[in-house]
Amino acid sequence: MEEVLLSLRHIFKNFGEGDVLSDVSLDVHKGEFVTLLGASGCGKTTTLRIVSGLETPDTGEVILNGQSMTDWPPEKRPVNTVFQSYALFPHMNVEKNVAYGLKVRGVDKKTQAARVKEMLELVQMSEYAKRMPAQLSGGQRQRIAIARALAPQPQLLLLDEPLGALDLQLRRQMQIELKRLQKKLGITFIYITHDQEEAINMSDRIAVMRGGRFEQLGTPEEIYDHPATRYVAQFIGRSTLLTGTVQSMNGPLAVIKNENGRFTVDSAHAALTAGERCEVCVRTERMRASCTPVEGFDLPATVRETRYAGGSVLIYTVLADGTEVVAEGATRMCDAPQAGDRVYMHWNPAQAAVIGGTSHGA
Amino acid sequence: MTGKKKRRLFSPIYLTLVLIVLYLPILMVVIYSFNSGRTIGAWQGFTTGWYTRLFGNTLMADALKNSLILALLSAGLAGVIGTLGAIGLAHGHMRGSGFIESLATLPMMIPELVLGMAYLALFTAVGVKLGMGALIATHTTFCVPYVFINVKSRLVGMDPAIEEAARDLGASPMRVLRDITLPLIMPSVISGMMLAVAMSLDDVVISFFVTSAETTTLPLKVYTGLRSGGTPEINALSTLMLVAIFTCVAVSQLLTARSKANLDSSR
Amino acid sequence: MAHKSRMHAGESRRSAVFVLPMALLAVTLVALPLIYVLGTSLVETGQSFSFGAAFTLDNYRRLLRADYLLVFWESLKLAFLTTLLSFVIGYPFAYCMARAGKRWKSLLMMLVIIPFWTSALVRIYGWKILLQANGPINAVLRGLGLIEKNIKFLGSYGSVLLAMVYCMISFMILPCHSSIDKLDVTLVEAARDLGSKPWRAFLDVTLPLTMPGILAGCVLVFVPSVGIFYLADIMGGGLVLVGNLIRDQLLKVRDWNTGSAMSMVLIFITAGIYLLYRRSGGDDLGVF
Repeated sequence: MEEVLLSLRHIFKNFGEGDVLSDVSLDVHKGEFVTLLGASGCGKTTTLRIVSGLETPDTGEVILNGQSMTDWPPEKRPVNTVFQSYALFPHMNVEKNVAYGLKVRGVDKKTQAARVKEMLELVQMSEYAKRMPAQLSGGQRQRIAIARALAPQPQLLLLDEPLGALDLQLRRQMQIELKRLQKKLGITFIYITHDQEEAINMSDRIAVMRGGRFEQLGTPEEIYDHPATRYVAQFIGRSTLLTGTVQSMNGPLAVIKNENGRFTVDSAHAALTAGERCEVCVRTERMRASCTPVEGFDLPATVRETRYAGGSVLIYTVLADGTEVVAEGATRMCDAPQAGDRVYMHWNPAQAAVIGGTSHGA
Repeated sequence: MTGKKKRRLFSPIYLTLVLIVLYLPILMVVIYSFNSGRTIGAWQGFTTGWYTRLFGNTLMADALKNSLILALLSAGLAGVIGTLGAIGLAHGHMRGSGFIESLATLPMMIPELVLGMAYLALFTAVGVKLGMGALIATHTTFCVPYVFINVKSRLVGMDPAIEEAARDLGASPMRVLRDITLPLIMPSVISGMMLAVAMSLDDVVISFFVTSAETTTLPLKVYTGLRSGGTPEINALSTLMLVAIFTCVAVSQLLTARSKANLDSSR
Repeated sequence: MAHKSRMHAGESRRSAVFVLPMALLAVTLVALPLIYVLGTSLVETGQSFSFGAAFTLDNYRRLLRADYLLVFWESLKLAFLTTLLSFVIGYPFAYCMARAGKRWKSLLMMLVIIPFWTSALVRIYGWKILLQANGPINAVLRGLGLIEKNIKFLGSYGSVLLAMVYCMISFMILPCHSSIDKLDVTLVEAARDLGSKPWRAFLDVTLPLTMPGILAGCVLVFVPSVGIFYLADIMGGGLVLVGNLIRDQLLKVRDWNTGSAMSMVLIFITAGIYLLYRRSGGDDLGVF
């Protein structure tokens, strides 16, 4: 395992109206791209501000390179932030903005100029050196904010929803550029977003946050394929959740029964025993509806509606107890079942996940 | 559609009419300062004689000097005190900050007359000498709210992330104040101080109570002149005051508009 | 997400040092003088305030004299009429201003604000010139053949009211303008779309939604109107208002205790109106 750069140990933070963070612990490795993902108010920004020093934790420790910097003021920390609002200094031009972190550290003028030039080249903004922030577009300000934060050569770059204010197309383009930049420079990133797609595309590891805690910490794959909680399953991707009781174990395959019928799931990640209650998550794109029963499954449903979704067809069905299940079906509308048809839901048991199955600490 | 047309016609006519009524009296004061008659009565011909007389009058020169010293000093003091106060209170976590703020801005709310008499009563009781010192102290007091409110609203409207970014990039709190906060609030400080100069140059009531026989100011001269009916010389004096105050207010307005535009477009 | 920025002990100490001069000024030159006036109003006539003095409400009781009450009544009436007229003239102005084109708006704003900051004294003086017996207005009216003899405007109640409205109207226009300007035009359009006649849409949508501005304007006009004192002097006519009364108590009668009691009543009226305004959900008035 690579070297640990940053450790958060049991961080608690309270602004007076209940805990904003409770017992957050995280190890970030050198060169890693870690994303904090969650809805607004989940504590992700507070976590970031505790790392940058703009907030102090009530209890807990912030350790960088094995040294505790919990009580260091932000200006002493070798950590820089790209703010959500960019926070460019409106009275300084681009060049002076980028040079500011070097200037306050007393770096000589010549080195400053060289470094600014290098940074502006890196973000492809060289020709804008003399512009004022007010004269730049959102995307351009974004680049300058990144250049400014990178100029003092921080050991760790913190990005607080840096693409939040950009439109979708620019956002996709910047995602790619940012990721490329991070690989090229080898700098450790802690990245905040509420966009699950963005998190999955960019991160080495994702921490899904909710109510000031980590719901799950893992690689994008682990989080997508094996959500640890109901919340993670629902927050990331589209899926159907089915609860039931384990009827029998057939090797790694567990046969689960509920009032709608019977289904099978691979329990390799979760040690299930017969008679146990459990919840299963099936991603919409892995859910199938067939006209005839499939081995290991007995989940009859009625088709309510089919809809073309570009490249595939979404089949909206209802189980016996009224639970709505969406499946992805044929690639053409004419092959899809019709409203009112009886269908049998099924999936590849290896591609469904038992919620709460292990993927911790990976 | 006719309703719309009617409104399109009504609107500029009404606006113009009210503005004319708003400015006509001011214009009158200016015009009559060139009236060659000895009283403000009927128009008798053009002269600039009253201005020449005004400048030759040592009493007037004294009043002018007093007014300028008073306005500049109290606006300057109010600028420093109000700006520091606004920076200190902008993020309002301090205990009692609301109380200090209300107290400091109270002079804007209570009648000047009450404040003036309160000063006179207190100064007499405590034995503070009336005159320039008392004028500067009281003018500073009623000028502080103009600077304070102007600067504070600017600070509150500022993205806190701008100052945080400077800290994050390695600047100490004092350095942030010098490099970021002060340059960004400077237009508001100056515009607040301009208003303070205008207010001080304008003040009759409070000056009336705390001044001494030896120190008179321009507005007091105008006031006494008006009570005895007004003369073209008073018109000339008023015109000069108007020019000074107009300039201050216009500069203040321009600065506010510009800094607002700057701040908005950088968001 | 709103985050309170964190305060190190050192930073809050810095804030305290910064606020100190203003706090000192506010205590010594705002709180202290007012407390002194309050104290003076509570001791017997002819005595000055000290902590050992015997307190009495006599000075306030004396204010219940019929002629004093009449003066307070006159002042409140004049302030009320000033507020009403300022609204009737100022609100349509603010409305037209808010609906004017973007280029005009800032110019109009500037044109309204400049007189707002200039000496009321000088501006009233302008009216005096205009309205005097042989002044421009009489000359114009005579020239048009509308009148034979010069009209004596000065000294009439109307001329005092005119000067009051003239001095105060900016205080009405500015807050009304800012709330009309903030009003979403599509709301009015929606009302029109749902079948309202223009005046109906105005009464049902525009007026209630701009009420905060109207209330703020009324307070800003009414409060200084009650306490104004040299205006009636200059316009002539011998109208006695609270302001004149207080001044005469201090400088002519030299009865500081009664004068202080009158001042305190004026402050109570002001504070009462302000509290009422805040109670009814009014915004902070420190916006200019």
